[in-house]
This record gives sequence, structure tokens and C-alpha cells, in this order.
Amino acid sequence: MSILGNRVVRREDPKFLSVGGTYVADLDLPGALHLVFVRSSMAHARLASIDTSAAEAAPGVVAVFTHHDLGLAPMETVVGMTPEAMTQPILAAGTVRYVGEPIAALVAETREAAVDAAELVVVDYEPLAAVVDPRVARRDETILFPDAGTNTALTLDMGRDEAMFDGCEVRVQQVIVNQRVAPCPLEVRSAAAFVTPEGRVEFRSSTQAPHGVRDTLARALALEPDDVHVISPDVGGGFGAKATVYTEDIVVGWCARHLGRPVRWTETRSESMLGLGHGRGQVQTATIGGSRDGTITAFDLAVLQDCGAYPGMGTVLPFMTRTMVSGVYTIPKAECSFESVVTNTTPTTAYRGAGRPEAAAAIERMVDIFAAEIGMDPAEVRRRNLIASDAFPYTTPVGTVYDVGEYRRTLDIALDVAGYDELRTEQRRRRDAGDPRQLGVGLSCYVEITNGIPEGEYGSVEVRPDGTVVVRTGTSPHGQGHVTAWSMLVAEQLGVPIEDIEVIHGDTDVVPRGVGTFGSRSLQAGGNAVNQAAIDVVEKAKDIAADLFEAAREDIVLDKSRGVFHVVGTPALARGWAELATAAVAAGGNPLLAEVDLASPGPTFPFGTHLAVVEVDTETGHVTLVRHVAVDDAGRIVNPLLAEGQVHGGVAQGVAQALLEEVVYDGDGNPLTANLADYSFISAAELPSFETLFTETPTPVNPLGAKGIGESGTIGATPAVHNAVVDALAHLGVRHVDMPATPERVWNAIRDAAERKGA
Amino acid sequence: MIPAPFDYVRVKSADEALAKLAEHGDAAKLLAGGHSLLPLMKLRLATPDVLIDVGRLSELSYVRDEGDEVAVGALTRHHDVATSPVAAAGVPVLAHVAGQIGDPQVRHRGTIGGSLAHGDPASDLPAVVVALGGTLVVQGPRGRREVAATDFHRGFFEVALAPDEMLVEVRVPRTVGPWGFHKLTKRAQDWAIVGAVAVTTADGLGVGLINMGPVPVRARAVEVAVAAGASAADAAASAAEGTEPSADNNGSVAYRQHVARVLVRRALEDAGV
Ligand SMILES: Cc1cc2nc3c(=O)[nH]c(=O)nc-3n(C[C@H](O)[C@H](O)[C@H](O)COP(=O)(O)OP(=O)(O)OC[C@H]3O[C@@H](n4cnc5c(N)ncnc54)[C@H](O)[C@@H]3O)c2cc1C
Repeated sequence: MSILGNRVVRREDPKFLSVGGTYVADLDLPGALHLVFVRSSMAHARLASIDTSAAEAAPGVVAVFTHHDLGLAPMETVVGMTPEAMTQPILAAGTVRYVGEPIAALVAETREAAVDAAELVVVDYEPLAAVVDPRVARRDETILFPDAGTNTALTLDMGRDEAMFDGCEVRVQQVIVNQRVAPCPLEVRSAAAFVTPEGRVEFRSSTQAPHGVRDTLARALALEPDDVHVISPDVGGGFGAKATVYTEDIVVGWCARHLGRPVRWTETRSESMLGLGHGRGQVQTATIGGSRDGTITAFDLAVLQDCGAYPGMGTVLPFMTRTMVSGVYTIPKAECSFESVVTNTTPTTAYRGAGRPEAAAAIERMVDIFAAEIGMDPAEVRRRNLIASDAFPYTTPVGTVYDVGEYRRTLDIALDVAGYDELRTEQRRRRDAGDPRQLGVGLSCYVEITNGIPEGEYGSVEVRPDGTVVVRTGTSPHGQGHVTAWSMLVAEQLGVPIEDIEVIHGDTDVVPRGVGTFGSRSLQAGGNAVNQAAIDVVEKAKDIAADLFEAAREDIVLDKSRGVFHVVGTPALARGWAELATAAVAAGGNPLLAEVDLASPGPTFPFGTHLAVVEVDTETGHVTLVRHVAVDDAGRIVNPLLAEGQVHGGVAQGVAQALLEEVVYDGDGNPLTANLADYSFISAAELPSFETLFTETPTPVNPLGAKGIGESGTIGATPAVHNAVVDALAHLGVRHVDMPATPERVWNAIRDAAERKGA
Repeated sequence: MIPAPFDYVRVKSADEALAKLAEHGDAAKLLAGGHSLLPLMKLRLATPDVLIDVGRLSELSYVRDEGDEVAVGALTRHHDVATSPVAAAGVPVLAHVAGQIGDPQVRHRGTIGGSLAHGDPASDLPAVVVALGGTLVVQGPRGRREVAATDFHRGFFEVALAPDEMLVEVRVPRTVGPWGFHKLTKRAQDWAIVGAVAVTTADGLGVGLINMGPVPVRARAVEVAVAAGASAADAAASAAEGTEPSADNNGSVAYRQHVARVLVRRALEDAGV
């Protein structure tokens, strides 16, 4: 019987639930100094002067550094695509461009001393006009980087086919704001560094990609990668925002080298709300066209992406939006252009879904708007336009090739489980009764891309002479449960109990190569690498067993139920993994080990249908999510418990974007949501119990048949909930409400619609 | 997120607390549940030199039946009010509202005295005590004095307490019959965007508003309208009369005034109007 597909409980949890994890801030670093940053309180200003003298003289202060002290090159451009003139200096160089930008680094004997002394650094600002809204920024009236001469960091325009809507009976356009949100991992950013007597930089980082940190840090500090050793201990969430290196990390490394003492830094939550990259931040102009029979024939999406103050990962995410622009539908003509512009706000970065939720939000909202326009049930419109299951591999108008899909099936299941017809009946009843609590039903049929980057992953499996197994993986889990999942994969191949399998990750010395954990790539890339390594180690073991048994290699079989090898036909004469591993070492001195550098198995396209039911208090505008049905297809499911966990967390964050969360700045660029009282981070109290189901359509792209599941929640849930809110109000004349659907915004939409009707 | 340096003393009696207040004057702050004070200190918006911790004064933690009134010690935690049989029998609205504050963590730390003394118009209990026509018992070097709840709140975060005085007790009259309480929040743990409470005591109907101005508001126009025989809906139409709510990310002035009318109507209906 296979262990795969079973609800194996997380091997990680006993520790987390008892003694707790060990995060960077928990590491014992004798003699470590504490680094704090003096951050800009202005969104856009020239730095006339920075007076650090009082801070330097404060008790416990070791040093205060500003940009010129460091002599470091600015941050690198993102995949070579963003302008050199817009790169972020390591500590502000003459100009600050967002509230929270690090201006000075202060190092002291204690954290308290550092925090107190930081207040004594006097920064003299000469305010400049701030640009907060990307729609204003693109007009280039106030320019953030005079050397660049424009606020536009990147554009993609494949040439618009003006005729694409010709012949459409119906054509509707809507501007949709996909608002800026804060990733809010429970563990904020944290790093520590010290230099060994041999001159090697030991770096500890709360990161999703330790090898990337090693390489980036080495380049920034002009070192070789081997001169840097990165360990990411337990990491309390990242959601994409911890996949890249921040200027603060580089300063930590630099200070440790410069001062010759261990240096540690952990930001506060208030700092994290300004310093950790934000997600989303698109203004979309979407146009959909088709005929009154429900056929969609053309879709155009023009994206204005907010990069924040320095073009980072967020700048290039519209490529992903474009990749998924036409969603699950057979739309003959679809195009997506984009422009990414800088504003005086926190830089944007990857956040759970990273460009794909924005695509799903646009097309799914527009399908509902189209349905409303032609007076057809939104489920029916979807049914009429879904890509049929026999059409795969399917190439979309923008050239994306989807692997497999059973889109109709997930829609049917969702409608059935939710009791769609009964919900519509209840909705009609409430409408007829003029109930102040109206019911809304929202659908989202999504498809997304996982493992979209052309990178593979490292995995190795080693059997120790005592028969226990050590797995090394280049992925870097921070809550996903790779220790459990990878153990299951190896147990399946080797026939050893998962208790005897150790999984090592997050140490760049022990794991020689690695890409990391983001973009829902880990199982597809890292899991397949480990799976292959396990297969390879079995083959190697068979070679050894053939020698030991003095038998033909083809006659050696592995009895997985006992974890032993024997010659076919003589199961009683068996040798276990310990004996083979011991023999391997004895024979050649080499451990019984298989290493795999898996080439990128290529992307897969998970899909599904989410259905949300909301109640809207039409007198106050307050929305309550009452049900959420998620039918997701991530191919073969290794462990349903882990997959559900991913769906639950993702749905919670997806619902949060639809209903609650938004990073808000005032007109001068002052953040208004810089703590978790003002920023409406969702909690369990706002969520119903989710109804999660899976269909399993294995992908042919990789041997495990697995697709990513990490981001389906934020991709599928947001438009379902968003559509449900608008659906609840449709009979009142509301066509669209921007996210988040806060009470005031919903009430305004109701009032505006009533006024339009009255007029 | 890290407060400025301060000294900390834990006192064993209300008298000792008063002595410490007299000694340190303005430079000191009483620390009750800390759930309003500590966030301000972490943001360095409050920088007291001395914290006088009264949090463990069990002599001031009680809910007592005093005939026509229920007396609540200033250091009684929200959770203890919410689960008090005396409160449930005499002023069920108080128990209910205390049980709706923030989240369990907040309710196990925050105190009724802290809630009133802090003077935040977005807090729930002050508006309830005002609607009930309660009395606050204040102790200081000049002895004990009683202040009507309606006179206690002077302005935004400003209450009728001298720096050397301490709130020791909150007294509220028993309620009669049904009551109503509604608050609008984005999240369960949030402060009210707007809240409304309607209660009946021996003195008649009291209607209170949360977060509709610099102090908890008594919606007198509504009370008068109901007394004159208006329906809940008609009376609630004047709920926002004279209010000056602030505008923020959660709501404009116009929106808050609208919500006040809706919630007052609902509270009145629940209260049997
Ligand atoms: C996450 C969160 C959510 C919350 N949600 C709500 C909510 O929904 N509704 C709500 O009403 N409140 C809410 N609160 C506030 C909570 O009720 C506080 O506990 C309360 O407002 C203050 O009580 P405290 O005992 O914590 O006072 P403290 O913070 O200890 O003190 C507050 C102020 O009052 C003074 N003080 C305290 N006790 C006395 C006394 N006996 N005499 C004189 N002065 C005194 C202190 O010196 C200080 O200035 C929330 C708080 C948090 C942190």
C-alpha cells in the first residue's frame, strides 16, 4: 500500500506545538551587537543633512553608518529588466523616496540602547512633492529619479489590435483596482551575521531562498559565494516577500565584517509594514466583448503596475498577469499590455500568487460583468466558454501552453456542493422580501501557472550505515511541510519508515545548491528531485546487493513492505538498507548516496472553481462571508492534509484581499495602515469553515503528476468573494465595487446606484 | 515598538497607589490592563517616567449587587464583567458589551476602569455607562467624590480625573426590560466604527453612541422623540443630530452619521421601542 495520498500528520508539528521553533531572533549569538535602522518619515525629500553625533555619543552605541560610510553598490536590477537609474542605494543616498526607507544604520550593545539612540539621529529633510497614485505617477509631472527622466520602469505593449472588438454584440469596459496589500508573515524580517576567524561570513536569514541570499550577499559584499554560509532556521512565513534580499540584509553582513563582531537585526511589526515588500498594486483597464448568446470573443487588459519607490520584483509581475490573461476560457482574441511605474511608496514584490491573482481577478470580474450585461447566469456564461478537457495541451492567444485541465468538472462540483440552485432561490426570496440582509453568490473559475520560472532543483538521498536516511533539498520550507512530504516520497521509494528519514534544508553548506520555495514550485521541482534521487539510490543499492548476493543485478528486488533487498524467489535471504549502506562505505569509502540536479520540469497549470456565499447588510454595507467552497486541482496530491492547509491559508488571504486588507497612504505618502490595528489583517473570526475538495488531474509534465497548490487560495478565492459581493447588490443596480469591499465602500456603491436609479 | 525607559512600581493597595501618584504627579501613569496604555508607550506617544501597576488590586475587582445599583470595581477585567452573574441579572447589557470587546486576550487584561479613564470615544463601555446614567467614584488626596458619567468625559482622551486621582468604582442603575446594543466593526477584534446602545432604567430610556464625537454621546434627541411616542425608525432619524464624529480610513463623517441612525434604530427595536 502506498503512503502517498494519505493524511500523514506533519512531522514538523510536535516541535512547533511544544517547545516552539527556533527563528533567527532566537539564535544564541554571544556578543552580538544590535542593529536598528533610522527610517525616513517622509515620502519624498532631499536629505539636507544627517546628524549622527548625539546618537554616536549615546550609551551603548558602537557606530552609526550612513550611505557614504558603506561604499556599497546599489541593489541590483531585477532580472536585468529594470533601469539602472532606479536602483535602490544601500541606505538612502541624498534622497528618500518612501516612508520607511532606511537612512542610517545604528549598532549598539543592546537593542534597547539602539532604539533609544536612533531617536537622537537628526535628519534634516527638504520635502519634495510626493506621488502616491500610479495613475498620477505615469504623467511624469513629479519625477522620482531625475536621471531616468521618467517614472516608467518597464512597459510591455505587444501592439494592440484595435479591431479585436469588431463584430462584438456586447463590449464592456471596467477599471478595476487590484489594491496594494501587505504580506504580513507572522515572523517579521530578521538577519544575523558574524565572520569566522577564517574570514567567512556566517549569515542567518529569515528567507525563502537561502542560496539566493548567499549569492546576492556575496556579490553585494564583493565576495565569492563560498565565502558566505547562509542558514535559514525556522521561518515564520514569507508569502513571496522573503524570496529576495533586502538592503537591510546587506547592511547586516557589511556591519559584521566592518565591526568584526556578530551583528543581529530584527525589525518591528511597524517597520515590517513599511519595509517588507507589498503585494499586488495594479490598476487594470479591462475590456470584454462577445455575443448575447454568452460567447466571449475578445478580452483586453491594460495593466498599470505600482512598483513603489524602487523597481523590484513587483515591476515584472505583470508578465505573469499577461501569461494568464485569458484564464480558463477559449477567448479567440486576448491581449495584455502593461506599464510599471514608480511611486513614493514601499516597493512592491511577489506576494502569494504574484501576478496571477491579478489576472484571475480581472478576467473573473469581467466575466461576471459581461454576464450581468447580457442578463445571463454567470455560471452559464462560464460553462459556455470553458476550454474543453480534450483541448489540451492548449495554447492561449498570448502563447501560454496549458498542460491539462478538467475545468468543467470543478465548476460542476462546486455548484453541486454549494447547492447553487437553492442559493439562487434563497437569493430571490430575500430580494422579493426586500430583506436588508441580501445574499450574494460568487464564482471564480481559475487557472494559474506554477513553477513558472525555468529553474530546476537539487535533491539528494543518502542512506547511512545505520539504515537511517538523510534527504537534502534545495527547497526552503517555511510552513509548507516539506519534511513530511519529502519523507513520504522517500519512504515510498525505499520502503523505510518516515521516522527513519531526516530532511535537511536551509543550510547552504550542507545543501550544495538550491533555488528555494516560492511560486508554488517546491513539490514540482524539489519534490520531483528528491523522488528521482530516491529512485537513483535504490538503483545504486541494487548494484551493491548484486555484489553481496553474487547474483545478477536484474534478479535483485526491493521488498518495500520490509525495506529489504533479496534475490527474486528467495525472500528469506534478505539484506536491509543498513547492511547495504555499510557495504557501500566498506567497498569504496563512499556513502550510499544519490544526488539529482533536476532540470526544470516545466510549468504546470493548476485550476479549480471557488464559490463564495456572502451576506451583505445593505443598511451598513457590512459583508459577511457565510460559505466558501474551494474545488482545486493540483494534480496528484501527495498529502491531502498539507494540501488543505495550503488551501486554507490561501483562501483566508484571498478573502482578506476581497473584503478587508488594503495598504493606504494619504496624499503626502504617509502610511495610514502601518500596524495591525489599522491594517485589517484577517482573523479566524471573519471566516467560515471552508469546504475544500480536490479533483486530481495529473500533469504529464513531471513524474509525480503534481502541480502547485500554494497559491490557488489567493488566486481562486479573491474573485469568488468579490463577485459574490457585487452579486448580492446587482438587483440594486450595482455593477462593480472595488476591493476591499469595506462597509463604507459597499454602502457608497448602494447609495450611488440608488441615486442613479432615482435620477 | 520599544517604549522609552520608565520606572515600574507595583502597589498593594489603592492607598499606596494614591501615595505614589501624589509623589510622582504628572510623570506617573497608572497601569491597569495596559491594553490602551502600552500600545501608546510602544509608539512613544506616551512616555511616562513611572508606571504604577494597579493591575493586581483585587480589592478593586468585583461586581456587586447594591440594590438599585450594580457596583463594579475599577480594576475588574472585561472578562469578569462579561461572566458575572450579578451583572447578568442586574445590567445584562453591561455583561454583554464587555463580552464583545476586542478578543479574549483583550478581555482578560483590559479593565472597566481603564476603559473609562482612558477616554477613548471609540471604546464601548463608556457609552454604555453614559447611556445608563451611571456614576463614577473617584478617590484622591482630597477624599472620595462621585462624578456623573455624563460629566466624566471632557474631550478626546480627556476625563475628569486630576493627575493624583484614581477611578475606583463604576456604579450603574439596574436595567428594566429588553435592551439593544449594536456595533459595526470590520473585524471581530476591531474597535467600533460606530456603536449604539439603548437601555431602560428607572429613569427611563437612555441611548448612547460610540465613536460619534470626541466623547461618548448621549443621543438625547432620540430619547425625547421616543418619550413623545415616536417609532424606533422615526426616533432614530435624529440619532446623528449634533454629533461630530471624526473621519478616518474606516468611515467618513457622513457614513458614520448614517450608520449611527441605522444602529440606533436597531438598538431601539431590540429595546422594545
Ligand atoms: C487589540 C485590542 C482591541 C481592543 N478592542 C476594544 C474594543 O473593541 N472595545 C473597547 O472598548 N476597547 C477595546 N480595546 C481596549 C481595551 O478595552 C482596553 O483594555 C481598555 O480601553 C483600557 O483598559 P486597560 O485596563 O487596559 O487600561 P490601561 O491601558 O492600563 O490604562 C489606560 C489609561 O487609563 C489609566 N487608568 C487605568 N486605570 C485607571 C484607574 N483605575 N484610575 C485612573 N486611571 C486609570 C491609565 O493610566 C492609562 O492612562 C482593545 C484593545 C486592544 C489592545
